[in-house]
Parts: sequence; structure tokens; C-alpha cells
Amino acid sequence: MEWSDEAIVLSVRSHGETAAVVDLFTRSHGRHSGLVHGGRSRKARPTLQMGNHVDATWKARLAEHLGHMSVELRRGYAASAMDDPAALAGLTSMCALARLLPERDPHPALYEVTLFVLGFLDDPTVWPALMVRWELSLLQELGFGLDLSACAATGVNDQLIYVSPKSGRAVSESAGEPYKDRMLALPRFLTSARDRHATRDDVAAGFALTGFFLEQRVLAPKGEGLPESRARILTHIDR
Amino acid sequence: MSKKIAGPEIERLVQLLARLPGLGPRSARKAALGLLKKRQELLVPLSDALKIAVEKIVECPTCGNLDTVSPCTICQDPRRDPTLIVVVEEVGDLWALERAGVVNARYHVLGGHLSPLDGIGPENLNIGSLRLRAAASDVGEILLALNATVEGQSTAHYVMDQLVGLDVTVSRLAQGVPIGGELDYLDEGTLAAAIKSRRRV
Repeated sequence: MEWSDEAIVLSVRSHGETAAVVDLFTRSHGRHSGLVHGGRSRKARPTLQMGNHVDATWKARLAEHLGHMSVELRRGYAASAMDDPAALAGLTSMCALARLLPERDPHPALYEVTLFVLGFLDDPTVWPALMVRWELSLLQELGFGLDLSACAATGVNDQLIYVSPKSGRAVSESAGEPYKDRMLALPRFLTSARDRHATRDDVAAGFALTGFFLEQRVLAPKGEGLPESRARILTHIDR
Repeated sequence: MSKKIAGPEIERLVQLLARLPGLGPRSARKAALGLLKKRQELLVPLSDALKIAVEKIVECPTCGNLDTVSPCTICQDPRRDPTLIVVVEEVGDLWALERAGVVNARYHVLGGHLSPLDGIGPENLNIGSLRLRAAASDVGEILLALNATVEGQSTAHYVMDQLVGLDVTVSRLAQGVPIGGELDYLDEGTLAAAIKSRRRV
């Protein structure tokens, strides 16, 4: 068995003295692990940093084996995010959440979005809103997608300002008014008004929305919580 | 069925040596044989040294360094600059800086880096004690000498957050071209860091 693919490094764990087990998010093979010989060497370490875009080749005798991987750097997103605490927290959070994807199940659309967000990590006016969209895409890929296109109660698609925590569907201002205390806020930049610039409050509302569904529908059943780095994103955006 | 070639004591010795970093079962067997061959010159002194190490080496309550005295020799040394604390991940990093002899300061060993995958959170690191030390009136600068990895720098940012509000300068190691490094062979991350932290000459 052998394949070559492009990928994003999600995690690296030491294995013995010199090797490492890497978890990659590949374009065509989904989340995939493999053993990298010499993965802890001085030469390999800069490549095997979380968030880096790499070319990977995987080989194994049988498909179900862990297999061996060789990895070459395409673009080092980790190094460019290291100076910025918010971007680094965003990158770490994204890699931690991407590990929720099932192994060896391709998610090419989410892969494209991930690469797109990583490409904007050096622009703090853009990436936080993109990361909210990325989390929405992740929920979609995990089978818990939100329907933000029209009001769940009336079917109209204007004045959508709430999301029902039960159904995950958008609710208009008038239909949601009686239940507004229980509704989640839907920031404008996630509706059809895509040209609107996302403010810090919009981003915070976006993260609260995706965080609620990630926590309730994906993480809580596994007994896990949201990554600690995700909470740091907003702390640093504030400054 | 394979025959036993040595008593349980030798097997135990080999097993324990094989658990040391850098040694596998084969090299552990070699090391055990070497020790047993040079019983008086190696095995006995090594066993004495290990016994003393177990009895006397302790973690410094101030900085987290390992030494036979508490507080450690570095914390007690009056010739060291008391205004500067160099924060490192592990005792090995402290030893590396001391070997280089490039900084005459006191240290603070965090005991690792933040790693959610391994279940290492802020509560598992010596960050609270660092804040207490940094709040002391004689400390003027905290130098974060942490690894240039995602985990190391995430830890550095976390430590920086914890030091907000204290009257200290927080600095970190420069990143860029290593001595003897050729640009052609450097990874793009190192090159980007070098360009970003360029300085006027």
C-alpha cells in the first residue's frame, strides 16, 4: 500500500528516541497517522510543526497498519504564527478540533477551507471570522451542520438574528422574540450579508455559536471539552 | 523454548538499563556486560554514585533546578544578576545555557510545556511560582528561553499573559540563522523569522 498526498500537520508525538507518530489531515485520504523515522531529528522538527502544509508519502504492507510516512515541507504556517499569540492560539485550536474528524475518511472541502484559513493567519482583521466559518464547516462535516439560510419558523431569509439551540436552524427576529433568552445570537457576517465586516463582537458571537454546538453535539458525548487554546483566541483579539 | 542465559539479577540490570534514554535492549546488554567486567572500576563507583544521587539530589524549591543543595547552587550564587530570570522548559535547557556560559542570571525551570494532547496544562507547570518570583522587587527582566516550537511558543505566550501587570520587562530569545548555517539549507520558517527580526548594522 502506498500513496502520496498533500496534508496539514495536526499533531506530532514522540515515538522512542528518534521517531515520531504524526497525525495529518490529508486532502484525499482524510485524517491519517503514520510513523516518521527520524521525526525527532533536528532536520525534521521544523517540518513537523502543527499547522504546517506538507507533502506526505505513506507506505504500509497492509491498509490497516500504521505505516511509515515521509514528509516534506510545502509551507511553514507554524513559524509565521509563532509571534502572534492570537494566531498561534487559532492555529492550535484548529489543529486540535480537526482531530475530531474520523480517521481515514476524506473531507476535501474542509481541507480546502483549512488551507484557506491558514493562508490568512497573518491578517488579524480576517482570520478570526474565517475561523468561525471553518468551525461551521467542521460541524457540517461531522454531521451536525447548522442551517442558517432561512428562518426555521417562517421560512423567510431576512432579519435572521437567532439560532435555535435545539434545531441548529436560524430564526428570524420576529419569530424568535418570545424565546430570545434561550436563543443563540447569529452574527450578521454568517448570514447572507457576507460583505459586512465582522466586528470583534460578531466574531465573539460566532465563536459562542459554534462553540455551543461543538461542545453539546460533538465533545460532550465523548466526555471532552473545547481546546483551551480556543478560549485564548478571544482574549488576545481583545488586545 | 529458549534457554535462560543469565540469572534474574543480570536480566533485571539489563531491563533497567534498557529503559534509559538512548539505550535499547542490545546496547543495554552491552552496557551491563561492560559494568560487570569492570566491577571495581565502574560498577561499584556507579552504584555508589546512584545511591548518593537518590539520597541527596533534590529539586530546588525556588527555581526547579536539580542539585544536592536546596536552594540550588545557582539560586545561592551572589555573583549572578538577581534582576534577570531566564525561564526554560527543562533542566537540560538550563544545563545547555550554563555550558555555553552566555548568561549570568538566575533560572526558572517550568518542567515542560503546555501540551493538551499529553494532558499537560498550566497547573502542571511551575508558572505560579514564576509569577511570585517575578513580583519580587529586585527582578527587572524575565527572559523566556523556550523552544521555538508551537508548544514552546504557546507556553511562552501563556507565561507572558500571567506576567501582565507586573513591573518587569518580558523578553524572549531571538530566532534566525544559526551560527555556521547556510541560507540555502535553512527551512523557510527559520528564514522568515530571520528576516522578521533583522537589525540595523
